[in-house]
Amino acid sequence: MAALAHRLSGVLLALFLPFHFLLLGSALEGADELDRYLRFADSPLVKIAEWGLVSLLCIHLLLGIRVLCLELTHWPHRSEKLRSWILPSVIASMLVGLLFLVRAF
Amino acid sequence: MSPTDTANELLKVRIWRGREQGRLVDYEIETRKNQTVLDVVTEIQHRLEPTLAYRFACRVGVCGSCAMTVNGRPRWACRTHIKNVVTDNTLTIEPLRNLPKLKDLVCDMAPFIETWQKAGAPFSGTATRHDKPAAVKPDSAMRLAADAALQCINCAVCYSACDVVNWNPDYIGPAGLNRAWTLINDVRHSKRELTFELAFGTGGCGSCHSHGNCTRHCPVELRPSESIAGLKRAAFSGLPEE
Amino acid sequence: MEKSLFLAQRITAMILAPLAIIHLGLTLFAVQGGLTATEILNRTQGNIGWALFYSLFVVCAAIHAPIGLRHVINEWTVMPRRWVNALVIMLGGVLLLLGLQAVAAVY
Repeated sequence: MAALAHRLSGVLLALFLPFHFLLLGSALEGADELDRYLRFADSPLVKIAEWGLVSLLCIHLLLGIRVLCLELTHWPHRSEKLRSWILPSVIASMLVGLLFLVRAF
Repeated sequence: MSPTDTANELLKVRIWRGREQGRLVDYEIETRKNQTVLDVVTEIQHRLEPTLAYRFACRVGVCGSCAMTVNGRPRWACRTHIKNVVTDNTLTIEPLRNLPKLKDLVCDMAPFIETWQKAGAPFSGTATRHDKPAAVKPDSAMRLAADAALQCINCAVCYSACDVVNWNPDYIGPAGLNRAWTLINDVRHSKRELTFELAFGTGGCGSCHSHGNCTRHCPVELRPSESIAGLKRAAFSGLPEE
Repeated sequence: MEKSLFLAQRITAMILAPLAIIHLGLTLFAVQGGLTATEILNRTQGNIGWALFYSLFVVCAAIHAPIGLRHVINEWTVMPRRWVNALVIMLGGVLLLLGLQAVAAVY
């Protein structure tokens, strides 16, 4: 399950990144253009989407740290110990997402 | 199987019959004390279904022949007590996943055995019969690493449990990579670099996602995911040294 | 090849981890009361530190993501390997190009 969450969040992030870059790249055409996009980004629907992306980055990051520990460290029984890392990672990501929402609105 | 050994309760057993195309056939046998999955299959073959095909040899967890899928998980049939795996008084027994089905519970093990070669399995010594046996310090780091990964019984339970094997036909799988790790930690092996290259080649340990199903299912409690992690660390730090 | 890809993905992962933590922190901090272009540009324009930070971020992500996607596509679809490689190399190129363009745009 953790691996699946890590994978899906990774795929979604990879698909989203080009649009994220496009948005910022539009600043090339001046602050007005960027502002126009950001106003579009103000709509609740887009905020929800961004909330998803913040949460995705967070969960991919936390579960990625788990994978690095699993593969590249030598701690004994880390696979069992790291199982207790999964749920807090999910909760922390939701909290970060929630914090983002609270601050964004 | 003395009369006192039998209980009245009937156990429902669903067994895969056929090859790739097949179906689950229902049987009923009496529940007994200390009954293993292999006992169940044997009793069904002896009493109910003489044409049922399955493999076994030693019956005591040494030979690795009798692995099958029991209620969805790969297990060694001979050392799996049904009381630990039965749900709703039912056993569903299928051939191992990730291998071609030959007949009923018998799989073609060739693809699994081939992965050992793919991972650079052939041992290549440098000494001849005239040389003294190599002195391997029992407490050296390499020997300890190899020790932890030896004793595989080639049952293919890990191969069957592995998601990546299921998804990627090129993937060597846990057992082959585990074997490669023991060779890389063998000071007598003259082709350690080659074994490492093969273990990290196409379908090598770079494809492993550390799901850990191999380690969770290994009946002899080896830790193939630990061996694979060792291979991955070696990509950073170089081959282990004495 | 596989070994190099493995190393590249894990090394970029180790670089991305702290970068992503900072980026997440900054996002949470900056989003307060909604974003405006001026706000973003005030922070980033002429600031070589942020430009380098995000350039590194983009380069690492452009290496990290295609290697990950390559595994996912190979495992979950039947697309021929050669196509997959071409596709993810293209994705890497697009990420690098758009990403660096975006960094340049706000610098």
